[in-house]
Amino acid sequence: MTDFSDIQTIEHDIIIIGAGGAGLRAAIECSAQGKNSGVVCKSLLGKAHTVMAEGGMAASLGNADPRDHWKIHFRDTMRGGKFLNQWRMAEIHAKEAPERVNELEEWGAVFDRTKSGLINQRNFGGHRYPRLAHVGDRTGLELIRTLQDHGIHQGFDVHMECTALTLLKDGDNISGVLAYWRDSGRFVLFKCKAVILATGGAGKAWHVTSNSWEYTGDGLAMGYNAGAELMDIEFVQFHPTGMVWPPSVKGTLVTEGVRGDGGILLNNKNERFMFDYIPEKFAAETADSEEESNRWLNGDTGARRPPELLTRDVVARAITTEVKEGRGSPHGGVFLDIASRVPAELIKKKLPSMYHQFKELAEVDITKEPMEVGPTTHYFMGGLRVDHETQETAVPGLFACGECAAGLHGANRLGGNSLSDLIVFGKLAGTGASQYVDSLSKSLAINQEQVATGIREATSILNRESGKNPYLIHDDLQTVMGNYAGIVRTEDDLKKGLTELARIKKDIEQVKAPGASQFNPGWNEALDLSSLMIVSEAVTMAALERKESRGGHSRLDYPGEDSEGLKYNVIVSKGENGMEVRREPRDTPPQELSRIANASIDDLEAEVVRERNNG
Amino acid sequence: MAKRTFNIWRGDNSKGKFESYEIEISPGMVVLDAIHKIQVELAPDLACRWNCKAGKCGSCSVEINGFPKLSCMTRMNSIPEENDVTIRPLKPFPVIKDLVSDVSWNYEQNKKIAPFKPKPRDADGNHRMYQEDIDRVQEFRKCIECYLCQTICHVIRDQGQKEKFVGPRFMIRLASLEMHPLDVADRIPAIKNDHGSGMCNITHCCTDVCPEHIRITDNAIIPLKERVVDRYYDPILWLKRKIFG
Repeated sequence: MTDFSDIQTIEHDIIIIGAGGAGLRAAIECSAQGKNSGVVCKSLLGKAHTVMAEGGMAASLGNADPRDHWKIHFRDTMRGGKFLNQWRMAEIHAKEAPERVNELEEWGAVFDRTKSGLINQRNFGGHRYPRLAHVGDRTGLELIRTLQDHGIHQGFDVHMECTALTLLKDGDNISGVLAYWRDSGRFVLFKCKAVILATGGAGKAWHVTSNSWEYTGDGLAMGYNAGAELMDIEFVQFHPTGMVWPPSVKGTLVTEGVRGDGGILLNNKNERFMFDYIPEKFAAETADSEEESNRWLNGDTGARRPPELLTRDVVARAITTEVKEGRGSPHGGVFLDIASRVPAELIKKKLPSMYHQFKELAEVDITKEPMEVGPTTHYFMGGLRVDHETQETAVPGLFACGECAAGLHGANRLGGNSLSDLIVFGKLAGTGASQYVDSLSKSLAINQEQVATGIREATSILNRESGKNPYLIHDDLQTVMGNYAGIVRTEDDLKKGLTELARIKKDIEQVKAPGASQFNPGWNEALDLSSLMIVSEAVTMAALERKESRGGHSRLDYPGEDSEGLKYNVIVSKGENGMEVRREPRDTPPQELSRIANASIDDLEAEVVRERNNG
Repeated sequence: MAKRTFNIWRGDNSKGKFESYEIEISPGMVVLDAIHKIQVELAPDLACRWNCKAGKCGSCSVEINGFPKLSCMTRMNSIPEENDVTIRPLKPFPVIKDLVSDVSWNYEQNKKIAPFKPKPRDADGNHRMYQEDIDRVQEFRKCIECYLCQTICHVIRDQGQKEKFVGPRFMIRLASLEMHPLDVADRIPAIKNDHGSGMCNITHCCTDVCPEHIRITDNAIIPLKERVVDRYYDPILWLKRKIFG
């Protein structure tokens, strides 16, 4: 066997892969628990995709509307997730989010304020009250910079521009990570007792996406290969409003905050079409006229919410239908108008980066004319299946948090619940991994054969004589996923998709990147392809398995929710003969949580008032 | 559709040269799109940094026809058609490869800054700050750490005095802490002695290149210089020290 004694080896108790909100929050907790930890991230510190989050983080602080309460946040989250969420995770999230947000302020975050000097909160789709703590439309930047500037003084190491390739195991337990430095192309071996995956989703499996190059599902694939299970992976959120023009920015996110602050959606007949798409379940809580919507916007607490603020799955499907039926905008989207609704100065104050983005990239002044928008691949509701308290996967010593973990969001995520997810479950993953390390009695070894295989697979891409261009393979895969596993799906399409993926898999086996390993984007791209392939197959197979439409998963051949669909989660795992899919029966919901989620909003609000008066 | 020529630095810190590439440009393209197209069609191993492609992460900073810019926000139609497009890595930092430079010096500066230290919360458990008191801090917190200001600053770029001055990016980080209504730490001695506030000769070059339009010089650097002057060079205090030792 090759001698690997010359490979650089770095030792930590805990390795965190990913330096977005979840990874950094987890690392801070590991330090607080006295653990020696290291963060491994593909980009420079502070550049992770969290930086792109715009609207805010949801927490029932009750600063903007004192009626808010964790129970109502919990109810909103369950209804938004079409009741497929893990009940306990949704409970923990709603209960702990306020404390996590306040903690950020303790670390230097500067949120926008209410008149009385408290953290201000804004309206967002699916949230009963203004609930999103925010900083204009750059909340993600505030979150990541706060965690970064606090984190660098907490004692953990950050290994930047370092890509993790494989999780190493000693028997059943995690014992290390094989990775490579992007700048030198050299391999590095991290020996550790636990790994926390915080790698986000895999939006880069589609062409039209709000995600950056990093979003190739590395954590999902590494976890899957190590024996962890993927859950709810069929649920991919297509955000209703991405840019559609010019082509080079197609998919770039347009924050839901535009609609939260009064923006409306119009088709090419100048009709405010969302009134035609209000689902029965939400009719009682949604305005049915423009007049009522306007009253709500002006703060009339008796008025119901405008239909533009329905959940993202509903709005994205409505836009898709409008475009399909010929009522779209010139570049295949619909119009999002805030210019005629809000004074120019206020738009620039509340949505500065949207103003900037459209002005610079599309030459559109959003204070004067409407934007053109359409759905864009945005977020993975599904991911690694974890224990709701410890965030541990089925593999001892392997933890996951943030977008790459499943459970909190069910079939559809509410805007604003992602940033709060990162800080709530990032912390819990840090605690969970630290406790695991404390309880570990045996010493762990690195399996040299696993290292050898990982290195051989990676270097073969550079060494083979000829092969396919990695960029073109990626392009091919994105086209296939867009055509066959996009916003609306059918059995025929999904099956065609699997056939096409099988073809592309052969190409990936023969991919060739020219040049040396030192900072070589072609090689880096080629290495990411195998993760993208695993995730693409998992999404397609899970989508075939769920024969109903629910939240982010829409089947033209099985329209509407089927009550049977609530009885299971789709699980994807690695079997002896390849990928296996099964339906895992769901536990009976905890009685009290079920009561809260199913209560009428009037009853629940009255209950909260009673509780407060009594206590 | 028009063909455009790009001259791109290929090499590392020890050697390299400009290579020429010609590609088709389509409407709406930015320079980063062109770099990606060159990677796909002509040079798969051409190294560049990027992430969000929407001007929010500050990863894709390079020098385009002599000016430090975000390549994702530089539209091709902003560069006159008769001109070639010359792209090189940020000058003041060592080149790792091609368009990627080693910006680790910046991370070292940040670590030297005394972290945020909040005062206790109010009796009801809240921190209170008023919007008008945080507007100026929020301006500084818009910074995306693209380091274009660090790149253009004479002290760093032309005089190579990295050991004496933290640079504009970290002057605004210092200002965001010093002007934070909740912060109680005192960084004035460090701003003068360690971070080098005296090195800046207020030419506003940093402000001019900031993609977030932060008024770095006027709103951050000058006020910090004034705070240093108030502390160390106040004539009455000076006299007092002279007389009473």
